Amino acid sequence: MTAVLQTAPVEAVAGYRLSLRRFTRNKLAVAGLSVVVLFLLFCFVGPLLYSTDQTHTDLTQVNLGPGAAHWLGTDAVGHDELGRLMYGGRVSLLVGLAAGLLATVIGTLWGAAAGYAGGWVDAVMMRVVDAGIAIPALFILLVVSAITTPDTLGLIVVLGLVSWLVPSRLVRAETLTLKSRDYVLTLRATGGTHGRAITRHILPNSVSTIVVAATFQIADAILLVAYVSYLGLGVQPPKTDWGGMLSAGLTAAYSGRWWLIVPPGLAIILVVCAFNAIGDGLRDAFDVRGRG
Amino acid sequence: MSARVNVPEKVVENVLEVEGLEVTFTTDTGDVPAVCDVALHVRPGETLALVGESGSGKSTVALAAMGLLPGNARASGRVTVDGTEVVGAGEAELARLRGRTASMVFQEPATALDPLTRVGAQIAEVIRNHRTVPRAEAAREAVELLRRVGIPEPERRASAFPFQLSGGQRQRVVIAMAIANSPGLLIADEPTTALDVTVQAEILDLLRGLAADSGTGVLLVTHNMGVVADFADRVAVMLRGEVVETGPVEEVLLRPGHEYTRRLLAAVPRLVVDEPADDSAAPAEGAAPVVQLRDVSVHFGRGRRTVRALQEVSLAVRPGETVGLVGESGSGKSTAARVALGLVPSAAGTVSLFGADLGRTRGRARRALLSGVGVVLQDPVASLDARMSVGECVAEPLRMHRRDMSGPERRARVAEVLELVRLPKELAGRGPRELSGGQRQRVSLARALALQPRLLVADEPTSALDVSVQQTVLEVIAELQGELGFACLFVSHDLAVVQQFAQRVVVMRAGRVEEEGPTMTTLLRPESDYTRRLIASVPVPDPVAQRRRRALSRTEATA
Repeated sequence: MTAVLQTAPVEAVAGYRLSLRRFTRNKLAVAGLSVVVLFLLFCFVGPLLYSTDQTHTDLTQVNLGPGAAHWLGTDAVGHDELGRLMYGGRVSLLVGLAAGLLATVIGTLWGAAAGYAGGWVDAVMMRVVDAGIAIPALFILLVVSAITTPDTLGLIVVLGLVSWLVPSRLVRAETLTLKSRDYVLTLRATGGTHGRAITRHILPNSVSTIVVAATFQIADAILLVAYVSYLGLGVQPPKTDWGGMLSAGLTAAYSGRWWLIVPPGLAIILVVCAFNAIGDGLRDAFDVRGRG
Repeated sequence: MSARVNVPEKVVENVLEVEGLEVTFTTDTGDVPAVCDVALHVRPGETLALVGESGSGKSTVALAAMGLLPGNARASGRVTVDGTEVVGAGEAELARLRGRTASMVFQEPATALDPLTRVGAQIAEVIRNHRTVPRAEAAREAVELLRRVGIPEPERRASAFPFQLSGGQRQRVVIAMAIANSPGLLIADEPTTALDVTVQAEILDLLRGLAADSGTGVLLVTHNMGVVADFADRVAVMLRGEVVETGPVEEVLLRPGHEYTRRLLAAVPRLVVDEPADDSAAPAEGAAPVVQLRDVSVHFGRGRRTVRALQEVSLAVRPGETVGLVGESGSGKSTAARVALGLVPSAAGTVSLFGADLGRTRGRARRALLSGVGVVLQDPVASLDARMSVGECVAEPLRMHRRDMSGPERRARVAEVLELVRLPKELAGRGPRELSGGQRQRVSLARALALQPRLLVADEPTSALDVSVQQTVLEVIAELQGELGFACLFVSHDLAVVQQFAQRVVVMRAGRVEEEGPTMTTLLRPESDYTRRLIASVPVPDPVAQRRRRALSRTEATA
């Protein structure tokens, strides 16, 4: 490929335009982005158009199949299933997005600090990460859920705290290469501070790695929320999320009430796949290394 | 050998013939033509040097000749190797050709070898790929080949892994693989660019001997005119994908016809080897040095793995003078420069910068001290943060050390220094990606000069650039030094550049100072054997003079 670089009096194409073009060329990523946007609209704007009562049970309307009054039927306590999918999606998406972002922020700070400091500081900080990765996240979540009953905010914090380890490794690796770049050396050699090196050069140049990591992190977090709620340890009724809906509908599956299982299951699969596709697209667009 | 059974009817047939070759690359930003209508040929036993600057398409021609163009390239025209058409040939046909009829030596010996396979086995593999010989026979041949390329104790070295060999020895192994099946054509793409000059001289000697003995035609791709003068019979000069001049080496290098060739040759820094020493520009002896290293030692790692990068190195740069720090790779010259900048801590000895002990100064005082230093490093791509505009890059030292400066003042200063390095001030709004290598290095220089430093540390500032660009960058530095009077510590492996540029030189070898003194005296009448060998190894871009020097150094070696 060097031959291509050498032959290049290539006309200047602004970096972000090129990135955008690479992203849009990945059809799967564009589809993923559309799916995510549609789901956000569905969950946050949908209830305005299709209003349902998700707080009170209605025992006259239990276990109805899909029909004109209830498009996706009702569950065992009379909640409209389509409306519930919207309200549950709010929790799933909100917790997933927030926990994924929180994990990325913690991981970025931890990884950048370790990579930049180097030496024994780096060694100690990274052994902490190794130890954290050795403990299954699900185990920690089960223990925490056994102690307290988490609300939405609690769930975000707990999920964020168990999943920052992988992004911290990625950012550390990036920092290690960036801190020996000539422009950072030049800065240090001419009296620049560490703070300046990190905030002006290292973090801005890791943005692509961080954004890609964040996308995959969100996908993982949404899946994790579903796990936890499926086990009955997530947000408590009358609130729910897609994992909780799956759990509640499980008993109904044997009695043929598929509308309690298939919609939330499909929603989880679609959204997680969509975020992963977006991550792949961003990785192409920024040309950074993969996950993990 | 059996490789050449189908003897051609004509007495002398060209081993490589290229006619009307066109190559175009398809990229994200559209089609880029790389080679336009190139015609050339190589006869058996002859060496054709393909020279040109980066982007001229010389490597693309070499790759096209082997059918090794990357997937996004389209080639048309005619390329025949020993009578076989290469353009449009199938993989199977090309595989028969490669390594047997034609073989290639790449620039970087470290990546051309499989790190997990013993070198003897790698050579034997090449042999068995093309000829049905028993394993033991191939292994014996491999040892014989290692002997031919001048590897000492070939029986033992055949079982070495590539990492156990030096860079020069690795390149010899690569050459051994290339000649394993006695090819009619050897394509060498910058075969010595990654090597030190003394090793380069040995490798060129080897290639020359092999070509003469076996009648192999050689296509040598290089940017180094000295190597061309040393090695080639004929030269083809490429410019923007076209061959602009072809001819015998004496003709092209001594009486160039094309205007571009003339310009190219004029830009090559020439090592003066036989002129009387004239050191009239005597350095300011009395003044206190701006930077001084006293008995500095630097160790990397600890315990048994310690690498002694510097051992009791002393050097000083006085106000206004340029000191050239020369040596081969691993000699510690860059480390010494980094110690002077406070980037590498010294294990012993003291570093004084502008009279203060750099090792003991901390915090704000240290930053203030360092604000008097400008730095230009080697890599034009890595030297500028691609996320910043040129203006922001140049303004960075001002933001760090002139906090009270207002925005308009800062912009005015940026425009001023850009003008100093002969760049239009409109460039301030551009991104570094849009600039050429030479422009980027000048932006680095502008950044270094923004605070009017008393010392400029330049670590190989031009070695990644083409000669014509190198010349402008060096001119700018020299001119500004005359105007602004800063001292300069100039690190380079290129003796000719240092000779042109520095008043004093310090020759380093294996972490120690081998010799130092006024430039002309040291480089014309060196005291140490090492410096003498270093100078003798640099090929000069004059085939007649180079032949004389080679004969001379050979008689000296035997004497």
